[in-house]
Amino acid sequence: MRDNMGDHSHGGPNDTGTVAKAGPGPLDTFQDPGLPPHRKRLADTDPRAEKRAERQVAWLFVISIIGTLSFFIAYFVIGRTDSISALRTQNMLLGLGTAFAMLGIGVGIVHWAKTLMPDHEVSESRHEIRTEADRQDAAKIIGDVIEETGIKRRPLIRNTIIGAIALAPIPAIFMFRDLDRTGATAGQIVDRLRYTMWDKGVKLVRDPSGTPIKASDVQIGSTFHVIPEGLSETEHPLNEKAKAVVLLMRLDPGKMNISPGREDWHYNGIVAYSKICTHVGCPVALYEQQTHHLLCPCHQSTFDLTQECKVIFGPAGHALPQLPITVDSEGFLVAQSDFTEPVGPSYWERG
Amino acid sequence: MSTATEFQAKTRTGRIADFVDQRVGGSTMVKEFGRKIFPDHWSFMFGEVALYTFVILLISGTFLTFFFDPSMAETHYAGSYNPLRGVEMSVAYASSLDISFDVRGGLFMRQVHHWSALLFVASVSVHMLRVFFTGAFRKPRELNWVVGGVLLILSLAAGFTGYSLPDDLLSGNGLRIIDGVVKALPLVGTYISAFLFGGEFPGTAIIGRLYMLHIMLVPALILLMVAMHLFMVVVHKHTQYPGPGRTEDNVVGFPVGPVYAAKAGGFFFIVFGVVALISGFFTINPIWNYGPYDPSPVSAGTQPDWYIGWVDGALRLMPGMLGNFSFEWIIPFPWGANTLVLNVLLPALVPAIVLLGLMFAWPWIERWVTRDDREHHILDRPRNAPFRTAVGVAGVVFYSVMWAAASSDLVATHFLVSLNDVTYWLRALFFLGPVIGFIVTRRICLALQRKDRDIVLHGREAGIIEMSPEGGFSERHEPLDEYKRYRLVAFDSPDVVPAQPDAVGHISRAEKRRGALSRLFFEDRVAPVTPEELAEAHAHHGHAAVEGGEKAQIGH
Ligand code: HEM
Ligand code: FES
Repeated sequence: MRDNMGDHSHGGPNDTGTVAKAGPGPLDTFQDPGLPPHRKRLADTDPRAEKRAERQVAWLFVISIIGTLSFFIAYFVIGRTDSISALRTQNMLLGLGTAFAMLGIGVGIVHWAKTLMPDHEVSESRHEIRTEADRQDAAKIIGDVIEETGIKRRPLIRNTIIGAIALAPIPAIFMFRDLDRTGATAGQIVDRLRYTMWDKGVKLVRDPSGTPIKASDVQIGSTFHVIPEGLSETEHPLNEKAKAVVLLMRLDPGKMNISPGREDWHYNGIVAYSKICTHVGCPVALYEQQTHHLLCPCHQSTFDLTQECKVIFGPAGHALPQLPITVDSEGFLVAQSDFTEPVGPSYWERG
Repeated sequence: MSTATEFQAKTRTGRIADFVDQRVGGSTMVKEFGRKIFPDHWSFMFGEVALYTFVILLISGTFLTFFFDPSMAETHYAGSYNPLRGVEMSVAYASSLDISFDVRGGLFMRQVHHWSALLFVASVSVHMLRVFFTGAFRKPRELNWVVGGVLLILSLAAGFTGYSLPDDLLSGNGLRIIDGVVKALPLVGTYISAFLFGGEFPGTAIIGRLYMLHIMLVPALILLMVAMHLFMVVVHKHTQYPGPGRTEDNVVGFPVGPVYAAKAGGFFFIVFGVVALISGFFTINPIWNYGPYDPSPVSAGTQPDWYIGWVDGALRLMPGMLGNFSFEWIIPFPWGANTLVLNVLLPALVPAIVLLGLMFAWPWIERWVTRDDREHHILDRPRNAPFRTAVGVAGVVFYSVMWAAASSDLVATHFLVSLNDVTYWLRALFFLGPVIGFIVTRRICLALQRKDRDIVLHGREAGIIEMSPEGGFSERHEPLDEYKRYRLVAFDSPDVVPAQPDAVGHISRAEKRRGALSRLFFEDRVAPVTPEELAEAHAHHGHAAVEGGEKAQIGH
């Protein structure tokens, strides 16, 4: 490697001249010339320049005062407003006023420091962070303290106090058990992830209007965002909705690859799939009609509708669950049952 | 105890000062700090920006707490923003809208708070990069490096908990992603999710809990860490760049009073002013456009705050399936099957563990490889530590690839390329990028070092073309004065330290590994010019006028 470093300075092929030899002795390195000579600023030598700098600093402080005053103008003159554009203007003027108020002070002080305060660099020596003498003193103190407690000579006390201290914080961990405010048992916590509001005969209704959907309303190419009927009457609508939202689409049945057991889950090519991405749970919102792909906008997982929403790209690890549907006597779309597998992101107990 | 009674202050201020002084010992503090020396350099400003934006966050955040209500109870919006009137939403979201539309200056305060949060995390990050690339973390400052790393993590936590508070569509969606990641944790994930959300997602507890973390626990921890950080800065004294008059035993700079204090204090107002200016003109997080949280709708092309991007990007890069193989690994156990969600766990945890782990451990890694146990108060110019600079750039590239991946959809639509292709390229770069970054950076550093040598030996190109009596053209080289020269030659160039046998002559496996790393890092190296080499170069080129030229330069 060394020879292709392209060194173009000095020395023969055996010695590039760029490699230090032995340890750098004092003769091998340059002498520190010390701090460079101080250069005077204009304001140090020319009283007129000094006066000018002084006036500039004062002007900057005056600008700050003007800024503060204009803040008040924006605050009171525009006042309370219902109009978005007036609000924007107010926000802008408050920003400008504050900016001038602050920058005036800030730039003023810095300019003052740079032009008028002494600018000699000074050197101060560093001190050892810990001296050996201090270390010895401290070690002796700690030794004495431990000796006076007698903890080394009294293993009974030592062992019991270690046991007590190790145990004492454990209740504090258990105290957090009721962070789950539903009172669910460990089994219920796991179980409830398996179930949604869908059940035999529950109507598919539009989100958010809640109107039921006739099979005849669903044309090829259209997409319906669907929730179960009665969602808003539940105790925690958002919790239910977070599991139960469904996408409804219609496909040419000839294009569908249906696996055994799912033959009657669709109704004349109308299919319903969970809208909750199996990756980490964003709503899968984009349907590309031509390709029959569903795309999750969060991390671009792509699901193929013609293959029962199998993952064809992106980070999701399994297909979107399908909701078995049919029509009721009036022609409205209803669920045949709940989902047959948990919706949403995977978890340890999902199996 | 009563010696001070002999002193009688003459003015009113003097008497008050004396009163306080006799009770708290102010004179000692003034003696200690009043003229303490701080070196000055533009790159030392980032830490200050971090501190000042944190102060601005405390001020603006406290203002917001007077109006913000973290309740997730349902309400119907009745404020003055027309498009949302009557819409059902959480009280938290409604109160954030009220802050924006019905509290005068409230929108401005939200903007100031959010912009300074972005700037806060950015300045902490850049400050850390500065410390890394100049080697300021070396003995005796390793622990302060660790405190800085903890501060970086805390600042991410502060940002994320704050981002979630307004309970708008985007913040709720962010929480949903967190929920999905938490659920992927083996054994405990399901329960942690239930504990975090107080039941099922989204529940009605999370905003209140995050609120407590956001306005109390996290800021208190940050404050504690900042105090420790600054305490250690005082104990260690500041590092300084190499240069004439600067040694390992001194610190050269400006005294606190008045120059340094004035510059640093004035700088606070400048930072505040800049934040105010940005907040006035550029809207960040217009929550009224997003609507209240609802698990169903989502808008494409929305971006998380920049500091979350790398984790989001890592999630995007990971394939969930390879052909028909799924990374969701279903493990058959006697009691039933369990799922190990590797397609989420790997990207969510591994890059973060690698990056943060290397970051925290680096001072010790470097000490181990170089076997250098000396104190270092003089900084390295990044080019003079090619191995470290290269490792740092590799880390930055690794981070940036993930960060870019978080915007893969925008990249694809903007450059009209397929999203899948962008992802494939980024997946390749995820592995290759850091290696390329390492190699290229080291080459660049070595080249810059060689250029420095050239300048020391032959002087700077003066930009003047001369014609020699023989008719050849050449550029005149101006010799350096000794101060400029010293800046270029005063550095250490660590050498390979081969594996060393221990006391009984055995070379352990770890030591062999260290030797190999040492070779990788230091085999190619450029040493500083020695006086001897300089003399030789001058003799060689017959520069009789060099000395004279130098004198002329020192003169002014
Ligand atoms: C320590 C660093 C902090 C960071 C990085 C941070 C970050 C954030 C962010 C990004 C938001 C969302 C802002 C928005 O509405 O667009 C937020 C909201 C909020 N923060 Fe902070 N914050 C910090 C400290 C604080 C402190 C110390 C307080 C109070 C003492 C506070 C109080 C609040 C409140 C009340 C909100 C909700 C206001 C609203 O959304 O309208 N923050 N924070
Ligand atoms: S949540 Fe759908 S791809 Fe990540």
